[in-house]
Amino acid sequence: MEFFFEVLIGGLLAGVMYSLVAIGFVLIYKASGVFNFAQGAMVLFAALTFVSLLERGLPFWGAFLVTLTSMVVLALLIERAVLRPLVNRPPIILFMATLGLSYMIEGLAQALWGAQVHGLELGIPDEPLEIHGMLISQFDLFAAGTAALLVIVLSFLFNRTRIGLSLRAVADDPLASLAVGIRLPRIWAVVWAAAGFVGLVAGLLWGARLGVQFSLSLVVLKALPVLIIGGFSSIGGAIVGGLIIGAAEKIAEIYLGPIIGSGIENWVPYVLALVFLLVRPAGLFGERAIERV
Amino acid sequence: MNHRTSLRRVALALALLGSGLASAVQAANEQYFPLQSYRVGPYAAGGTGFFGGFIDYMQYVNANGGVNGVKLTWSECETEYVVEKGVECYERLKGGLNGAPAAATNPLSVGIAYATLERSTADKLPLITINHGRTDSTDGSVFPYVFPLQLNPYSEVSAIVNYIGQRDGGIATLKGKKIAVLYHGSPYGKETNSVLETLAKNYGFELTTLEVPHPGNEQQSQWLNIRRLKPDWVILRGWGVMNPVALKSAQKVGYPVDHIIGNIWSNSEEDVIPAGAAAKGFISITTHPSGTDFPVLKGIQKDVPDKGQGNLADAKRFGTVYYNLGVVNGILNVEALRIAQAKFGEKPLTGEQVRWGFEHLDLDDARLQALGAKGLVQPLKLSCADHEGGGAVRFQQWDGQRWNLISDWVQADRGLLRPIIEASAAQYAKEKGITPRDCSKEQ
Amino acid sequence: MLYQEAGQLARRYAAERRIFRLRQDRIGLLLLLVFAFVGVPWLGNDYWFSAILIPFMVLSLAGLGLNLLTGFAGQLSLGSAAFMAVGAFAAYNLQLRVAGMPLLLSFALGGVIAGLVALVFGLPSLRIKGFYLLVSTLAAQFVVEWVLTRFSWFTNDNASGVITSPPLIIAGVDFSSPQGRYLLTLGLLVLLFWLGKNLVRSELGRNWMAVRDMDTAAAVIGIRLLKAKLLAFAISGFYLGIAGSLWAFAYLGTVEPHGFDLSRSFQVLFIIIIGGLGSVLGNFLGAAFIVLFPILLGNLSALLPVGVIDSGQLENLQKVLFGALIIVFLIKEPEGLARLWQRFRLRLRVWPLRY
Repeated sequence: MEFFFEVLIGGLLAGVMYSLVAIGFVLIYKASGVFNFAQGAMVLFAALTFVSLLERGLPFWGAFLVTLTSMVVLALLIERAVLRPLVNRPPIILFMATLGLSYMIEGLAQALWGAQVHGLELGIPDEPLEIHGMLISQFDLFAAGTAALLVIVLSFLFNRTRIGLSLRAVADDPLASLAVGIRLPRIWAVVWAAAGFVGLVAGLLWGARLGVQFSLSLVVLKALPVLIIGGFSSIGGAIVGGLIIGAAEKIAEIYLGPIIGSGIENWVPYVLALVFLLVRPAGLFGERAIERV
Repeated sequence: MNHRTSLRRVALALALLGSGLASAVQAANEQYFPLQSYRVGPYAAGGTGFFGGFIDYMQYVNANGGVNGVKLTWSECETEYVVEKGVECYERLKGGLNGAPAAATNPLSVGIAYATLERSTADKLPLITINHGRTDSTDGSVFPYVFPLQLNPYSEVSAIVNYIGQRDGGIATLKGKKIAVLYHGSPYGKETNSVLETLAKNYGFELTTLEVPHPGNEQQSQWLNIRRLKPDWVILRGWGVMNPVALKSAQKVGYPVDHIIGNIWSNSEEDVIPAGAAAKGFISITTHPSGTDFPVLKGIQKDVPDKGQGNLADAKRFGTVYYNLGVVNGILNVEALRIAQAKFGEKPLTGEQVRWGFEHLDLDDARLQALGAKGLVQPLKLSCADHEGGGAVRFQQWDGQRWNLISDWVQADRGLLRPIIEASAAQYAKEKGITPRDCSKEQ
Repeated sequence: MLYQEAGQLARRYAAERRIFRLRQDRIGLLLLLVFAFVGVPWLGNDYWFSAILIPFMVLSLAGLGLNLLTGFAGQLSLGSAAFMAVGAFAAYNLQLRVAGMPLLLSFALGGVIAGLVALVFGLPSLRIKGFYLLVSTLAAQFVVEWVLTRFSWFTNDNASGVITSPPLIIAGVDFSSPQGRYLLTLGLLVLLFWLGKNLVRSELGRNWMAVRDMDTAAAVIGIRLLKAKLLAFAISGFYLGIAGSLWAFAYLGTVEPHGFDLSRSFQVLFIIIIGGLGSVLGNFLGAAFIVLFPILLGNLSALLPVGVIDSGQLENLQKVLFGALIIVFLIKEPEGLARLWQRFRLRLRVWPLRY
């Protein structure tokens, strides 16, 4: 039984890591209706830039600020060069544009900083804590704390600031918000910059877990089912979805693995998400679209 | 944009492409190596090191007069480790360069090796798969053009098991031991599972195999399983990002890292550095030590990087595992060329002639001493029936900064593996309708 | 002038409805086919067959498969590679386990099996829409890859999990030379494109387009969504399955499950984006672009003096360029290369006397 709880807790904490990536998606989807496949590439870009700056002798916060600035610049460029010309196109076109974007960012990141593998130490000890005979990773606890902090900051931004008000207005009805004088392009730039910030945080934590290398951009595949379960437009959903996916895939691997074969973690989340969708076609917290002919 | 001008541009580009393909044929005193390299993508770290070492060694040979006066030449084609790009590169480069005939291909990729295996045989161009590749291609009577030099996957696990036995005080102590294998969820990862089962039956240890799904960036459940199982040793059959994550996850569940043994694709600096402190104490096998103290590496340093011609973008990687593997690969290719030249004359040779050289590759200690590679390359003797040659590995341990050797050469139990290999090769021959060569008639 | 259509009057409905209504088009197509079947095998060399023409044709076919589903029926899919894998492995096992199975029949049955698998993963499309549907096709992608690696029966217990091509012999004729493999692929390609082109002009094809444009509206005017969507998945799976068999046997000669991973699905998706969603011709243009663009860039850079740009940087550059091109296409020409071709034809029709 202890072992079961250890697996469960480990899974929940891993799930938080997935949520971190998923939150970036949600931000963008909420405000601009774009399903941003390039979020994984942004995570890679942020982590690679950060670690390369660190290796070139910048202090931690210096590197953090420079990377954050470059993420903001990237967001502005994306808004100007990709989103604005594609305004009013069907969502599928925008999705494909983000596919192209992810290729560009991946290529750019590697062209700038090279393809070497880097180690990244954030100075967080990763010796496991032992509680009631269960081992719990300190690092994962720290990551969970960071995610919680991030959610608090974001909800503050959304609910307590003027820009948050306009963000919610845009999410609710872009046309009406245009009519009351909200500048859509600026909102988009803000949201993409915020997603870049989330990407940076996710990149640092994932980079410390995996090492900073090309595979970082693949974490997007772990975030997709999380999004699906949570619904594309809810930050809370992304967290809940992450917890469900994380716990379910670990439990499946350990208890189902011996029966049907191990290595099932890649598809269990997707099948699970599919089951959820069959019951709730817009995810747990997503808004159900009403169609009119 | 005006569409007519854009069309004209396309036509111009196509014309350029055509002229690039139909390069003029001139006879030159050069031997050509087509390089299907990969310098970007998920496995770039391996590709840049390996091909960097290989190219630097060829430059070093050229700087010292070439191979009996025949200069080496090469060109690169980026594969990104993707099979069909590798095939395209193979087809593009196999014909040689400016009249210099191709000697052999060295893709350093299992997938590309498989895809070009039959093509190589048909085109009579040796396919060198150093330390990897198709295990049964060791049987040269069925695979005349394929050379899994030094170490094939079966020898690799056999040597690891022998080492574990040795460490614990004799192979008999393996009885009742628990060994877990953590493998990459791909054909490469699974390849050795069957032979491990045979070994487990032979020596009486308890084997558990755990799969990590590709790419391997999440391994918590596997390591929780290991924690529950408490095996004596864990063999890591990893690839790319899977390796550092495995070491980090091991730390997370409190498994001692000095009881994890990495295989041939888990043994480079690039595999451990990202894991940081968690990698300290990690053991892995290697067919060649890292380091820069060998005379041949000193020679390369003097003649190539010091003159500003080094191939590595990051000079710090000189002497690392992948780089040295490239150098070893260069040595073996050039030696094969030398042996073939002794028979066919000191001129550029065809792939068929170079193949003969590979098959008669014979590097003893004296020759290795002369090459300045004693201790870097294991003594190697190939024959028609045996395209592997060595089958020995050394073990190294990561101290947080560099790899330190902790064992002498450990031999694989090749006598035990040979029948399995022969059976597999015979099955291939039957499927493909190949009549194996009679090795006693070869010379 | 050359491209005049004045005077070409249709006197029967059949003549009006034919695919290529203009005589020039028909003659052009005929010449092209003659050239492809007779001229190319005679002119081409190994490199062109094995490294350019065959992958180009197979990818065109895969593109058509996905285009039927995404471009015509409007169902976004990231599982193309999975269906290709099913086709390839099914054909391999049919060849292996059924004695005397003709090669072409096993390709076709492989396609049928791929179609059935696609149908299963298409079932959720009735309830799930848009991006949420991605999860279903992605599930297909990962489940299929896992199943093929997990159960070694599919690879005939090969230790490396790699399958190799059966002998390519049809009715006693050996097609295993590069020319032979080219002709085999070409033959299937022409047949399947002819079928496909007719399919999208049929009632079913028009139903698909109605579903794509708005499925609620399509249901309202009496199109049966269940049938239209599931058929789209099944037929798309069939095409992809055959493309998978050709990829494995006519092109590479050997394949492992990992050869059909997610990046292959993306590749096929890019073909239809660049070529043109909802276009048959576009698949050729998109595939040609995908195959030739990297080779062209590689060759052009080979003309540069050594050392100006190393091959790694070139590949990064290529990635950036490729991504940029996709975005530019989506912005400037959402209907892809096929639309460019149409415009070109329109100009040709009035050339040299513009109104």
